[in-house]
Amino acid sequence: MEFIDFFIDLFTDYTTRTIGIGTAILGIVSGVLGSYAVLRQQSLLGDAISHATLPGIAIAFLIIGTKSTAFFFLGAAVAGWAGTMWIRGIVQNTRIKSDSALGLVLSVFFGFGMVLLTFIQKMPNANQAGLETFLFGQAATLIHTDVILMAIIGAFSLFAVILLWKEFKILTFDPQYAATLGFNTKLLDIILIFIIVLAIVLGLQAVGVVLMSAMLLAPAAAARQWTDSLSIMILLAALFGALAGLTGTAISSAAMNLSTGPVIVLVSIAFVFISFMFAPNRGLLFREIRKQANKKEMRMNHVLENMYWIALGHENLQHPHSNAILNKTLGYSKKCMRELRDKHLIELNEDYDWNLTEKGIKRAKEVYTDNNKNEQQ
Amino acid sequence: MSVAQLEIQIIAVIVAIACALPGVFLVLRKRAMISDAISHAILPGIVIGFFLTGDLSSPFLVLLAAATGVLTVSLVEVIDRTGLVKEDTSIGLVFPALFSIGVILISRYAGDVHLDTGAVLLGELAFAPFDRLIINGIDMGPKALYVMGGILLINFLFISVFFKELKISTFDVGLATTLGFTPMVLHYLLMSIVSITAVGAFDAVGSILVVALMIVPAATAYLLTDDLRTLLILSGLAGLISALAGYWIAHWLDASIAGSMATVVGLLFLLTYLFAPGRGIYFIIRRRKRQKYEFAQMTLTVHIMNHSGEYDNIEERRMDHFQHHFNWDLEQARTIVKQALRNKFIQLDGDLISLTNRGLRFARASQSLIMAEKDPNINEFRKQFVTFNE
Repeated sequence: MEFIDFFIDLFTDYTTRTIGIGTAILGIVSGVLGSYAVLRQQSLLGDAISHATLPGIAIAFLIIGTKSTAFFFLGAAVAGWAGTMWIRGIVQNTRIKSDSALGLVLSVFFGFGMVLLTFIQKMPNANQAGLETFLFGQAATLIHTDVILMAIIGAFSLFAVILLWKEFKILTFDPQYAATLGFNTKLLDIILIFIIVLAIVLGLQAVGVVLMSAMLLAPAAAARQWTDSLSIMILLAALFGALAGLTGTAISSAAMNLSTGPVIVLVSIAFVFISFMFAPNRGLLFREIRKQANKKEMRMNHVLENMYWIALGHENLQHPHSNAILNKTLGYSKKCMRELRDKHLIELNEDYDWNLTEKGIKRAKEVYTDNNKNEQQ
Repeated sequence: MSVAQLEIQIIAVIVAIACALPGVFLVLRKRAMISDAISHAILPGIVIGFFLTGDLSSPFLVLLAAATGVLTVSLVEVIDRTGLVKEDTSIGLVFPALFSIGVILISRYAGDVHLDTGAVLLGELAFAPFDRLIINGIDMGPKALYVMGGILLINFLFISVFFKELKISTFDVGLATTLGFTPMVLHYLLMSIVSITAVGAFDAVGSILVVALMIVPAATAYLLTDDLRTLLILSGLAGLISALAGYWIAHWLDASIAGSMATVVGLLFLLTYLFAPGRGIYFIIRRRKRQKYEFAQMTLTVHIMNHSGEYDNIEERRMDHFQHHFNWDLEQARTIVKQALRNKFIQLDGDLISLTNRGLRFARASQSLIMAEKDPNINEFRKQFVTFNE
């Protein structure tokens, strides 16, 4: 199957298109809000929130007795919100650190949710089937009305982010400064977390509680590598999120037996991997290239400086040096000499000895005075 | 109570204690979330191990999966060291990736494996007694009992043997290094222990509740004691209680045993969070109230004292004037004055406030307490003015 075939379903098949649009919306919203989570070093908060939503879904079902996406959203949001507030309470009031508080709320809420879910499953009620899809999510169950609901909630969160753009920005990078400017940082913090909770709830049906945190983190972590500007990072994260949603849906609909949630997560983590490797400024590849270039330049400077230093004792700055002597210089290698020659900084005389060219002398002098200045300091 | 029920409870207790012990060090070392990462990331290890051996309790599978756990820890550290993202983000990226691979492997080959994705998250303790160890045709009891018993023993031995090293490297990495321990080696040993425990417990309680059993008992104990040994004992005890109570609640509701163990241990934590002596929310709120009250009394009396000179502006001591200085609203100011009257610190002459002898002594003591250069002895102060020992 050609790669492009994967995407054909997205345009031709109604179900796949619905799922694709749903996961793309999810990708955009979680990419945008995940950016704040990553920058504020609350990456694992999303993990805790998404697990904490489970009892909310179960209780919503127990109350209304039937499956309703809107009520599940509500229950999940309330439970996720309660969990987050408890995490804050634990961190502020006890000596327990945030990592333990996260793990604690995550696992206890989830455990309680499991008790409720298994309890519901034993109830004589035909409507209960399929509640456990929230564990891993089942994008295939997304229907038209779900996607519309997702679009509404998503638009609401994005609108809030745009409206409070300046406030969230300063809250993210310098909360103390924000407080001195008179912003109510506590309130802003709560609003931001609330919107993050909304984004997470949005994704539960498609990717499930376990993998939702990766949806939040991965596009943002990937986008972070390409830019230092918040607005560009958020746009990129939204783009990566949407692409991950579409590609993931396409792959899982083309290849049988692959659940959509894990595939989307793997695609978005592939984006992270690519960004880690190939992003121009921060990426590992270019970092390594720069490192090697620096090393090379240092080696060349070393040889030049040494030649210049020896030549200083010979009155003639173009004094030739034999390979046997230069051999003892740090950084000397045939390759290095060849490169210096190619740059016309040194030349080979008729005795096969090396001497500096005019250009080389100028350069070597710069390096020499620079280094000696540093030493004197 | 049937034999199977008894066996389940014994296994539950062993699992809970085996998790609670290393959990203490995770909580103290601020690495609690690594248990979440490990317990998820061992999934592909378990699946592959299961393909190879066909037996969930085979020691080979336990080792292979535990190796995946250690691999996770080192992957997190590798990403962390590149400085591209913060440590929590790298944790949040590594384990979903490995977990997704595990889930895909399971769903892809679902027909051949009796692992299903629900069991991955939940485990099924109720089935543990069915998988029995039979040697020479003699029934030696459930396999899980031996696997988890062995892991509990390993954990116990590890902590007893390296108690001193763990203690120092947990509380003072710098000192541990100068004393010649290598904290890194110890760290990886601990991570291996956590991984092995997570793998062993996985079958019984599933990947997420491993986290509950590791972190929550330790966090609960941490609110109750400052002593590492007591911390370990209390943590184990919390595990034990949650295992037994969790089992019976699950039995009564006909619900997931693991889930109800996590719920019980969560309730234990909640109780401690609210009422731990000296550290619970109840005491914190009471203490804050009392400090506020104390401080208001000190502020009032010191203010009156400072304006009690012969030529001083008498307005400063009037009921409806002084409150503005402290940003108290009238209601608040009235209450504070009423309290001071009850404490016999002040007397009222119309709306003019003046200090009693006792009030003057209190104001002086307060002043020297506030101005003290060294740590003031507030308890001595409180003893002197018994009103505060309400």
